[in-house]
Amino acid sequence: MIESNKFKEVNMVLSTDNICVKFDDRYVLKNVNLKIKSGEFIGLIGSNGAGKSTLLKVILGLLTPDKGSINMFGKKSKRGNRLIGYVPQKVFLDSNIPLRGRDLVALGLDGHKFGFPLPSREKRRHVDEILKAVDAEKFADSPVGKLSGGEQQRLFIAQALLTDPKLLLLDEPLSNLDIKSAYEVVQLISRIARERKVAVMLVAHDMNPLLGVMNKVIYLAEGKAVMGKTDKIFRDDVLTSLYGYPVQVLHANGRIMIVGGQGAMTAGFPIEDHCHPSEVRK
Amino acid sequence: MNHILEILFAPGFFQSEEVMNALILGSIVAAMSGVIGVFVVMRRQSFAGHAISDFGGAGAAIAFLIGVNTLWGFLSFGVFAAICMEFLGKHAHERDLATGIILSIALGLESLFLYFDTHFTGKASAPMLILFGSIFVVGYSTVKIIVFLTVTTAIVICIIYRPLLLSSIDPELAITRGVSVRVINIVFIIVLALIVEECSLITGSLLSTALLIGPAAAALHFTHKIRWTMLWSALIGIISMWLGIVFSYDSYRWPPYGKGWAVSFFVPMLIFLFYLFSKLLGKILKARRVIYDA
Repeated sequence: MIESNKFKEVNMVLSTDNICVKFDDRYVLKNVNLKIKSGEFIGLIGSNGAGKSTLLKVILGLLTPDKGSINMFGKKSKRGNRLIGYVPQKVFLDSNIPLRGRDLVALGLDGHKFGFPLPSREKRRHVDEILKAVDAEKFADSPVGKLSGGEQQRLFIAQALLTDPKLLLLDEPLSNLDIKSAYEVVQLISRIARERKVAVMLVAHDMNPLLGVMNKVIYLAEGKAVMGKTDKIFRDDVLTSLYGYPVQVLHANGRIMIVGGQGAMTAGFPIEDHCHPSEVRK
Repeated sequence: MNHILEILFAPGFFQSEEVMNALILGSIVAAMSGVIGVFVVMRRQSFAGHAISDFGGAGAAIAFLIGVNTLWGFLSFGVFAAICMEFLGKHAHERDLATGIILSIALGLESLFLYFDTHFTGKASAPMLILFGSIFVVGYSTVKIIVFLTVTTAIVICIIYRPLLLSSIDPELAITRGVSVRVINIVFIIVLALIVEECSLITGSLLSTALLIGPAAAALHFTHKIRWTMLWSALIGIISMWLGIVFSYDSYRWPPYGKGWAVSFFVPMLIFLFYLFSKLLGKILKARRVIYDA
């Protein structure tokens, strides 16, 4: 019994216990319970304002929840945790910013340290290895400001991986990408997750590019969250009770679309055929 | 040969202690401005650099009035303005406003006290000294202070180099990495103020901005390796400064004869030429790269 408990703890990346976050009097997160185990690929899905960024801030230790607790790798969450690799949402880089791809990546290793960096063979080898892992060797020596959005994103993923994290957090990596690039990025992240045995939490407003690769989904709406396997979450009853409003999940060719309000099942509710703009497939 | 040398360097150039002093001091402030300028351009704080130098100018005018070394006026007011801007403008869009407000206060104060200076001390030279610098008349005691400040600021830049770079790229990412971005920002702007004010003393509060931004902006067209950018930026600053001093010395032989043109005129002009040249060079390099790639 004790043995199995220990085993459980070793495998646990993140667990939260009834997290609540309030801004003024409004709940942004309300009793959120999550559990992420090592190596899992999790999609954090929700529309704008659902509380995705707030949840990320709590996980990154930038925001202390008003109620409840969060446990990272068996400890309290803290800022600058080496075990979390974070890929920010689109960063705007000046076109003549004096950095090469590899300089940007290297900052992931020691960007927080004081003192003037001296070139080291060990560091270079480490950076090269990561650049290879994200297929960024080709443009590693080009100025970052001149690279495409997708290429810059690979570099940001690389810098997040340098400290060998156990959890990789990606904030909306697929927005601003066309369908093909989005698919490629998802494949890349999924491969990295398997190869490096890192748990992934990917924030997105559209679940479809993730359907083949994610093990579980966290669906956020109105500050509340449900978590589970995709077929357990994308169901009319689950999402209806989450939204507190009739919602229907439509399946087509293995894709999912979520629409609010629907004829027969919504007796008593106004008939409304609106589809959430962010859920419309491009 | 001698004849050419005499045309390039007016007689007495190499014997003059003031000129040698100016060359050394000018190189120091140009190099430091060039290095920190790279960060200023990256962080888009050139407007802040300008406001700091003008606020320092107001301080220098007050110092002149009460008979204190103007360097102290420059430094104290510059650092004060820097800290004010940092606390008034926590967010990027507020920062621009805070800087503008500080700048307008600075200009108001500066003009008032420069007027008092000429009125009460009877020395009409005050505006010239403060606005256009005193590169040829800086005393030995001031040189010592400037050397000390330069060493200190250089050490601080080396210490905060990596967190500064990371937070200049993306503050949010830096925070998640455990960098205290607030602290780095404040340390940076104080260091910036110290360097800008040293430079203001030498080249004048109106023109220190030229040395701060120009060389860095030019260097960014040559290279995209940050250490080389800092080196090039410092070099462009130093060369502009040297040429400016030579021309200024020579200009005693130019019309109106015996007056001499200000160093602060030549330096920004030379920097501007460097900037144009580097932009052109960057375009040519790019065009060649395109041809090679094709």
